[in-house]
Amino acid sequence: MATDRNQAAESDLLRFIAAGSVDDGKSTLIGRLLYDSKSIFEDQISALENTTRKRGQEGMDLSLLTDGLLAEREQGITIDVAYRYFATPRRKFIIADTPGHEQYTRNMVTGASTADLAIVLIDARKGVRTQSRRHAYLAHLLAVPHLVIAVNKMDAVDYAQPVFERIKADFSGFISELGARNVRYVPISALKGDMVVDRGENLDWYDGPTLLAVLESAEVATEGDNEAFRFPVQLVARPGGGRDQRGYLGRIESGTVAVGDKVTVLPAAISTSVTRIHTHDGDLQLASAPQSITLELEHEIDISRGDMIVHAASEPWGKSAPAITQTLEAHVCWLHEQPLDRRRPYLVKHTTRTVNALFEEIAYTVDVNTLERASDVSVLNMNDIAHVKLKLHRPLVCDSYEQNRPTGSFIVIDPASNATVAAGMIATD
Amino acid sequence: MSIALVDVNAGRAAKRAPRVRLSELDVLESEAIHIMREVAAGCTTPALLFSGGKDSAVLLRLAEKAFRPGRFPFPLLHIDTGHNFPEVIEFRDWRAKELGERLIVRSVEDSIASGRAVEKPGQGRNSLQSVTLLDSIAELGLDACIGGARRDEEKARAKERIFSFRDSFGQWDPKNQRPELWDLYNTRVHPGENIRVFPISNWTELDVWQYIARENIALPSIYFAHQREVVRRPGGLLPVSHLVQPRAGEAVETLQLRFRTVGDMTCTCPVESGAATLQEIIDETARTRITERGATRMDDQTSEASMELRKKEGYF
Ligand SMILES: Nc1nc2c(ncn2[C@@H]2O[C@H](COP(=O)(O)OP(=O)(O)O)[C@@H](O)[C@H]2O)c(=O)[nH]1
Repeated sequence: MATDRNQAAESDLLRFIAAGSVDDGKSTLIGRLLYDSKSIFEDQISALENTTRKRGQEGMDLSLLTDGLLAEREQGITIDVAYRYFATPRRKFIIADTPGHEQYTRNMVTGASTADLAIVLIDARKGVRTQSRRHAYLAHLLAVPHLVIAVNKMDAVDYAQPVFERIKADFSGFISELGARNVRYVPISALKGDMVVDRGENLDWYDGPTLLAVLESAEVATEGDNEAFRFPVQLVARPGGGRDQRGYLGRIESGTVAVGDKVTVLPAAISTSVTRIHTHDGDLQLASAPQSITLELEHEIDISRGDMIVHAASEPWGKSAPAITQTLEAHVCWLHEQPLDRRRPYLVKHTTRTVNALFEEIAYTVDVNTLERASDVSVLNMNDIAHVKLKLHRPLVCDSYEQNRPTGSFIVIDPASNATVAAGMIATD
Repeated sequence: MSIALVDVNAGRAAKRAPRVRLSELDVLESEAIHIMREVAAGCTTPALLFSGGKDSAVLLRLAEKAFRPGRFPFPLLHIDTGHNFPEVIEFRDWRAKELGERLIVRSVEDSIASGRAVEKPGQGRNSLQSVTLLDSIAELGLDACIGGARRDEEKARAKERIFSFRDSFGQWDPKNQRPELWDLYNTRVHPGENIRVFPISNWTELDVWQYIARENIALPSIYFAHQREVVRRPGGLLPVSHLVQPRAGEAVETLQLRFRTVGDMTCTCPVESGAATLQEIIDETARTRITERGATRMDDQTSEASMELRKKEGYF
């Protein structure tokens, strides 16, 4: 079906997160994007009109589109991250919709971990607030490649250009302090629809793209563009079962590999070369992130899950070797109600390798509202962001998070409860 | 796999490494393969839930992509309501045999006969599947069940993790889910607990149909337009069968239609459609203005939160 394939290839995928404090208009904005891009179905519209009417209002409250579960409505709260999907002829979008209450840091970190773009909402009437800085900081910490500052509720300030310009000037100092690149400002009214999907007639002084146009055109840097080849082994297929050679199953996390390439297996540091790249659809000469493949190698080497195959240093793109280390310096976000207990070992899951780890040192925590650092901290509570030093029972093969999101990130699991208690981003040393 | 190469001919001296450009479907496919392999590596006794429907037919193709030429590291498990379309059961058995993989069938009828599940008149059996599923999980000692649910289906699904943890009662607690970051999945459970794994969480209905067309995946015939006798009930059309007979005063109509989902025959409604080929179904899906479940599942219309309530009881 060659034609379908081409159709699919033209529109790619953008994952984004919308961040805002309660009442900044995040639900209305997501509802607006879904509605104006005609991603809402008739049965959803009639349900929406019904619910709006039941609540004694007129028309259709778009914020109800993302209204959550029974458990949430009963308790008047929103839980956690919800994922929503819509498509335009240009692109498919996945929105990580995170609610704006106290557990915000935890949820936003979760949603931002896979995002290509973050929208930070600012209420035009209120201007830049502490939370706006927090949201931009978290997006930057998670290395979300694009940041869009959407100044919402422009209708409530008579669509006045000076209001927008003042907010932009207020915020850009902070943004450059962060060192964030790829930042854009868009004035919008989620309620009336101006500059979201359609330009509207009220913001003629703004000549930039609509919010949707920004979403449609933001360049998605896949890890395939990162030239360092990283292949964590997921599974080993033994000879037999239709195979006469050992195969190493996994997904390319970054870079590209070709048949004949010289590679090194880490952490053992044994060199060999790629003899075959196998998939169910046939053999390939070349494969790139994020393809799932099976590699066959020239030499019989003892390789197991958790090992990483990278280019040998002699290859043109093999210069940036990953670190092999038993200590990690990292930013972590504590995600669990039960605080960190430094006496106990935890499990660190990094790529396909899981090792025992001790939190040896908490260098400092970061106040996400002021960005001030506090040292002399001995415990981490839910939503805390800290710079820590971990001691590992066995070595990890890793890059810094800044260089490589997939090989620079890890989660921390409590072996007693099996809960995921923290998320980590490996620091550049 | 799409095979548009960038810079290949520029060779190894090029400033930028050559790379393969992937389409959106390729990316979704690779994500699903990665997820299945994480299940194989991290779980001890997984199973793949195979209903004979289109989403689970896609799962089987993804399992082939993940594990062939080896065997699947899990059996296929069907929770049979006893209210299935005969075409679907026939397809299920044919496909399992074609793959040469083990198919385990557990039936809701048995749960009803043994008194474990009680039928509620007029409500269909989709929700009773939970009882049989939980019993099967205990019987077979499963620690993971791979399912074909998608987040775009329903709002309770939108909050679902890819690796969705269930306690020892099989319950889903939306307030107490494990955070899921990057592609680092936590597969650990204590004995008696289990995980539901949804490799196609991020696919939409349209993605599924495009993938079926691209991969030429066989499906039960009822997904394609055909003539069938139906009665009109509040909530939708219902196919006439030994389970659904016209009530007094109801007219039986013969219409051209197809099913968008397959489930319990007594509450799964077909839509009127002339789409007889995959391409026609794709076009129709791209144009359609009604959600998959809104159009076809009477049980999901019962209350605004039907799916959420069923999931808390252990539903997929
Ligand atoms: N005037 C105006 N009000 C808005 C706009 N967007 C949202 N609101 C209102 O702000 C309130 C909070 O919106 P909501 O979307 O629920 O905020 P959330 O808590 O961030 O999801 C609601 O009363 C909205 O109608 C806007 O563009 N202009």
